[in-house]
Amino acid sequence: MSTANTATGSSLGSWFQGRKYTGAKAVFRREFRSYFASPLGYIFIVIFLVASGYLTLSRDFGRFLELRQADLDAFFTYIPWLFVVLVPAVAMRLWAEERKTGSVELLLTLPVTLEGSYVGKFLAGWCFLGFSLLLTWPVVFQVARLGDPDWGVIFTGYLACLLTSAAFLAIGMLFSALTKNQVVAFILGVTACVIFLLLGLPQSLEAIGNLAGGWVEEVASSVSLVDHFESLTRGLLELPTLLFFLLFTAAWLVGGMLVLRQTKAN
Amino acid sequence: MEEQGGKAPDLLVEVRDLTKHYGSIKAVDGVSFSVRRGDVLGFLGPNGAGKTTAMKMITGFLEPDNGQIQVAGFDVATEGLESRRRVGYLPENAPAYGEMTVEGFLDFIAEARSLPDRSGAVRRVVEMTGLNEVFHQTVETLSKGFKRRVGLAQALIHDPEVLILDEPTDGLDPNQKAVVHGLIESLAAEKAIILSTHILDEVEQVCNRALIISGGRVLEDSTPRQLIARAPHHNVIRVHLNEDFLASEAGSNWIQRLREQPWCGSVESSPRGAIDAVPADGANHLSELLELLGDAQVEGVQLLEGRLDDLFRSVTKGVAA
Repeated sequence: MSTANTATGSSLGSWFQGRKYTGAKAVFRREFRSYFASPLGYIFIVIFLVASGYLTLSRDFGRFLELRQADLDAFFTYIPWLFVVLVPAVAMRLWAEERKTGSVELLLTLPVTLEGSYVGKFLAGWCFLGFSLLLTWPVVFQVARLGDPDWGVIFTGYLACLLTSAAFLAIGMLFSALTKNQVVAFILGVTACVIFLLLGLPQSLEAIGNLAGGWVEEVASSVSLVDHFESLTRGLLELPTLLFFLLFTAAWLVGGMLVLRQTKAN
Repeated sequence: MEEQGGKAPDLLVEVRDLTKHYGSIKAVDGVSFSVRRGDVLGFLGPNGAGKTTAMKMITGFLEPDNGQIQVAGFDVATEGLESRRRVGYLPENAPAYGEMTVEGFLDFIAEARSLPDRSGAVRRVVEMTGLNEVFHQTVETLSKGFKRRVGLAQALIHDPEVLILDEPTDGLDPNQKAVVHGLIESLAAEKAIILSTHILDEVEQVCNRALIISGGRVLEDSTPRQLIARAPHHNVIRVHLNEDFLASEAGSNWIQRLREQPWCGSVESSPRGAIDAVPADGANHLSELLELLGDAQVEGVQLLEGRLDDLFRSVTKGVAA
């Protein structure tokens, strides 16, 4: 008992001293650089830019050029559907690769904490996604040329993209911690992200309401990413929306840490 | 170094009653031992004996089901960061980040270990482990020998008090092995080193203590010399007799005389026509045998030291791994 008490005491103490996340910075730097050390990072950026550009400009999807409106609706609408595939691709290797090559043993026997490593990797992936979003600046430039856009809406739109990418990344990381196989991690990650996106569509909510009743429909609606994403892209910067993304991402991160604690040595 | 709870600073690793299960399998079963500064402890055991599991628990990677581990006075369970700061660990197969250069990888380790002079520390271990020529190469392009040296370099970068090396010479050629042995010997005085190996000659060469583990339990904890002294062929005298002499009556008579010596427990034939005189008391009776030679036509006499391999086999035989 005394050992358990000491352990609890020291872990509480370490929370306050910030030692819970020891090593996050070093892991972040290593991980962020690794995206640019292999072709994968560049391939991701190219695919993301080409696909988002196509969806924004295409006559079948965004019709940005036809509509000639000084807003980024045509661009933002399709971002979650791109991220649903691309973000799990960024997340899949984060732990699965470490466990497959055995480097997880090296990493977690350094004076870094599991939480620090987890958060460091998450932030690295998130910054990489943020960097990819930054590269979409020509579309903002084009909007500014078309007219006088509402810069607040553009800001909240990009914030929505960033927060959605964080949520999907946290989902993908949990599955990467769960399995050593990157393909399996990717498929599970995409599936989970799709479920959380589809939950918000009117058709899904109606079907859920018919099958399980009104309150399940409400729960499904409240955990759907689409609703919160859309309220931000409409320019509504509300605390509940921000809290939703924060708690949603944090819950998946904590879940992922618990999974990794169990699977790290398998 | 820190001195905790009045403990002698030389006691660097203390393991008490360590137990770990994988499902219903007991991988480590009540293992206790301690390692002092200056000790090079060899972990010996068949595959699946629990060596690697024990090492993973000392480094804090695995949590034990039961038991306590202290590294340099810090409890691995409750003061993990402090204990890990004092351990250098080379995991089995020396994993590293393949896409990084040797320089980038070692710099990352130095940063994760919060070393004040990162480039100085990297330079020191690169020199020590002979990595200069591959310094800018990515780890995945290196040969097995260099990869292992990169693993050693990262384990040594913070000049740790405790070194834990899981099969440090596995897959290396004899020259590379000699380099690693030399490195371990040069570090031994200032550190407590635990290394696991399958190569028993390595234990004789570099370890001053050997722990034989099988079925998750410690079966022997002794010096290599003492273990060898208990090996089945220790102090056996192998006599190579001339073939014609061996076939003659004189030869038979000489062997009979040998058998009648009070020190001789038994005489056994060994490969290639030689005979083995096994001492009854396990002591060295070479001088007595030389006196007995007389007119026997002998081509060679050899005092067998005994082999750790033989003792290892006899000790671990029948223990469930």
